[in-house]
Amino acid sequence: MNKRYELNKELAQMLKGGVIMDVTNAEQAKIAEEAGACAVMALERIPADIRAAGGVSRMSDPKLVKEIQKAVTIPVMAKVRIGHFVEAQILEALEIDYIDESEVLSPADNIYHIDKTKFKAPFVCGAKNLGEALRRIEEGAAMIRTKGEPGTGDVIQAVIHMRQIQAEMRRMTSLSEDELFNEAKNLQVPYELLKYVKENGKLPVVNFAAGGVATPADAALMMQLGAEGVFVGSGIFKSGNPAKRANAIVKAVTNFDDPKILAEISEDLGEAMVGTNEEEINLLMSQRGE
Amino acid sequence: MTIGVLALQGAFIEHQKMLKQLGVDSFQIRKANQLDQPMDGIILPGGESTTMYRILKDLNMVDKLKTIIESGLPTFGTCAGLLLLAKTVDNYKSDYLQTMDIEAKKNAYGRQLGSFKAVGKFNNSKDIPFVFIRAPYIVKVEKGVEVLARVDEKIVAARQENQLVTAFHPELTDDLTIHQYFVDMINNK
Repeated sequence: MNKRYELNKELAQMLKGGVIMDVTNAEQAKIAEEAGACAVMALERIPADIRAAGGVSRMSDPKLVKEIQKAVTIPVMAKVRIGHFVEAQILEALEIDYIDESEVLSPADNIYHIDKTKFKAPFVCGAKNLGEALRRIEEGAAMIRTKGEPGTGDVIQAVIHMRQIQAEMRRMTSLSEDELFNEAKNLQVPYELLKYVKENGKLPVVNFAAGGVATPADAALMMQLGAEGVFVGSGIFKSGNPAKRANAIVKAVTNFDDPKILAEISEDLGEAMVGTNEEEINLLMSQRGE
Repeated sequence: MTIGVLALQGAFIEHQKMLKQLGVDSFQIRKANQLDQPMDGIILPGGESTTMYRILKDLNMVDKLKTIIESGLPTFGTCAGLLLLAKTVDNYKSDYLQTMDIEAKKNAYGRQLGSFKAVGKFNNSKDIPFVFIRAPYIVKVEKGVEVLARVDEKIVAARQENQLVTAFHPELTDDLTIHQYFVDMINNK
């Protein structure tokens, strides 16, 4: 394994137990850092607004990325469209800390994901199940997150995806070696990666929850289901009191298994994002890029 | 021997795995009352120092943690842990724990593309692997601080009495030299 890929996986290890927050300008980035975010995701529009605006959504303006990089000392991530390797080249030129090849933006390619092994910058990718997760890792992703259903404030899809990945991993640990060959074929994934899952009961990279997390309780739920950290997109800056909610979610991820602390920090957070139920929406972003 | 590992955010499990290999018990510290548990040493792991310090403040852990470090509990900080212990951080207005007489530079090697691996000697050891992830280094040390490792002239490990810091991540390697050194610090206390 090359050193650069190892270092990129290791940066994700440093993010564990933390909250990565979507921000759309330098001021929000500072609020997020001050609230305890372990990284920020620089976006022109948060997912809820991407849904509302419709049309094609693309990589952020490099100017915005640079402003946010200047504003904070924590890692700065940004999104590229699935398959859009030139957007990724541009972000790498900006020395971005992590690239999210994301279904939240409009896909640029309906077959091929980016060959992430060609890049020095690390990539995180979304997954709904073990097959997707391992395919992205084979393509060079150094970190995985659930897809969830971004911009909805509805945690159900993130729960489904995390449960699915965890259940499939538990099943792999009980398979015999010869059964594993067939399973690799079924899942369309490399045998070696599946063997790692069988032997370790976990992915070879860090696995975060994302897509629909809106409250400290949502974040703690995802941690108790096995997430190693949480992305929060629209949930913070679409709520009544972003700084307070952001900070509460940070503490919920640290003390995800202490209901007393969760009760304290969930108190009086102001209005949560209104959100949309998944059956009310026409566009399922999680179906993009399998 | 039991070592507490600050588990607010970051790579704390990795430290626990290293300690386990040395046959040392450890437990996670996520809230103030866990700082009262008996321990022979404490580790402040890698992660984001701003995140850890905000949680330390919110959960009323700062004074207690400072007191136990100042009272002589063997303390080992890696990367973010180094920043938490440094008296000053030259490019960042730090109001962290400030218990160790060193000046650190945050993100001293730049962003993730500046992260790197090296080999070097720690306290005259054989060559061992050093992993730097968006790492700090030590700009200068005051009297009473022993420099334990350098990479390209920069100070990347140091000790002041009960406090040990590394800018790099021994917990991400298979090499137990530095964790063993910390365990020896506790034994020779």
